[in-house]
Amino acid sequence: MKVLVAVKRVIDYNVKVRVKPDNTGVDLANVKMAMNPFCEIAVEEAVRLKEKGVASEIVVVTIGPKAAQEQIRTALALGADRGIHIETDEEVQSLEAAKLLKAVVEKEEPKLVILGKQSIDSDNNQTGQMLAALTGMGQGTFASEVVVDGEKVQVKREIDGGLMTVGLSLPAVITTDLRLNEPRYASLPNIMKAKKKPLDNMSPADLGVDISPRLTTLKVEAPASRQAGIKVADVAELVDKLKNEAKVI
Amino acid sequence: MSILVFADHDNSSLKQSTLNVIAAAKAIGGDIDVLVAGENCGAVAESAAKAEGVNKVLVADNAVYGHSLAENLSALVAEVGKGYSHILASAGTTGKDFMPRVAAMLDVAQVSDIMRVESEDTFVRPIYAGNAVATVKATDSIKVVTVRPTGFDPVAAEGGSGSVEALDIVKDAGLSEFVSEELAKSDRPDLSSADIVISGGRGMQNGENFKMLERVADQLGAAIGASRAAVDAGFVPNDMQVGQTGKIVAPQLYIAVGISGAIQHLAGMGDSKVIAAINKDEEAPIFQVADYGLVADLFEAIPQFEEELKKVL
Repeated sequence: MKVLVAVKRVIDYNVKVRVKPDNTGVDLANVKMAMNPFCEIAVEEAVRLKEKGVASEIVVVTIGPKAAQEQIRTALALGADRGIHIETDEEVQSLEAAKLLKAVVEKEEPKLVILGKQSIDSDNNQTGQMLAALTGMGQGTFASEVVVDGEKVQVKREIDGGLMTVGLSLPAVITTDLRLNEPRYASLPNIMKAKKKPLDNMSPADLGVDISPRLTTLKVEAPASRQAGIKVADVAELVDKLKNEAKVI
Repeated sequence: MSILVFADHDNSSLKQSTLNVIAAAKAIGGDIDVLVAGENCGAVAESAAKAEGVNKVLVADNAVYGHSLAENLSALVAEVGKGYSHILASAGTTGKDFMPRVAAMLDVAQVSDIMRVESEDTFVRPIYAGNAVATVKATDSIKVVTVRPTGFDPVAAEGGSGSVEALDIVKDAGLSEFVSEELAKSDRPDLSSADIVISGGRGMQNGENFKMLERVADQLGAAIGASRAAVDAGFVPNDMQVGQTGKIVAPQLYIAVGISGAIQHLAGMGDSKVIAAINKDEEAPIFQVADYGLVADLFEAIPQFEEELKKVL
């Protein structure tokens, strides 16, 4: 079966985020970019499904500027078979991303679509669910285990208070949580091979999708910072402060 | 304006997060209706009707909603919600699961995880793991919003006099089925809403040592949390994780034990009223946010803490 994986180019998770002085956003100039960590987990899961003989082909798709091609190449080096780059320099919000992905799903007809549960820049946690709704698919969000069995998939989900397993008929959408797997690193020979794998380029207009944003960001600020308090000498002083000064115990 | 609040519950009792979301609805302003969707959830509807500021409680009581499957809930909420200016749910795993589907079905954007209401269409929410805070204006006719409960003080659970109305809407999308559930059993308060949280980090060294924290937690009536490092190391299960990739908490008192204070952890507990930290590394970043810091070996300090608490409690 064919698996579609969507990946996003974001600021590298190790980079310290700085808000622009004019409060229009986060400073991304000359900042290291990488594949969103949850998307890496999505790619890894697809590759493992292929290694198990469950997936026959892995198509990786991204939406973003020209440079986002790097993230497609990374996914190809990790084991995806071919890439689709929906190229745009505009901001693409979750609903519009889901509409673009829906157009790709209609063309490619994958049995399984795997996405990260959220990207570490906008932290929306929306696109997978929206894609599932738009394509009329069931969804297994925040997955910590995925078992494909014929025309069904069982997804163990991380929920508040524990785990919940749902059964979905295929095709279905899965979004990944942290414990689903540990992504591998790409080997040098695979990075070289990835350069020769096919990559389709298209624009949102080619897919007939209007990507005008529905949400306007008015300002972006640094979070209110907390002041460091005092150091206490010993446990007795700590308990005394908590009881008599802060009055929280 | 009219606001539909989706109630968080377990079919038997209303979760406190619902009261936080109603508070967010009050901040927006307008009539507030609460939707209770579940199976045999009559008692939940009764308590929702008593919550402060609730106009009407709509109850969709059917087996198809019993396990909060997103495909069924979203179909229900999209249909009921069409008539409202705002649809709100808490940003717990249920709301995060079904609300984007609702937004997509209504062809509107969703605003996720709001911490503050600026006006009826403008909200403040964290981005970049809490390293930045964005003020966002929604332009669609219906605002679909998930609410971070810790951002809003809960409304009173009693004193309201909303009416209760049964809905005869059964939406079975037929796309998904409930298979099983493994919920952690605990007599301690819920991590997300506890007044006191004590959390352990990598410094705990193993899962067995969390028993030390359990004893203190029981003395204080506290919930127990953990840093991502402790979860990744396999000391404790993921549902105990506090941080941007885990639970967001804002208790009256947060006690961080053996936690260095990575940014992603601070994003999950930085809004706590009082933070106390115990760590043997005096350079640990946790001390930069702690109101009370104790530089000490936790394996000596926690047993002492337990003894000292016995004297004062």
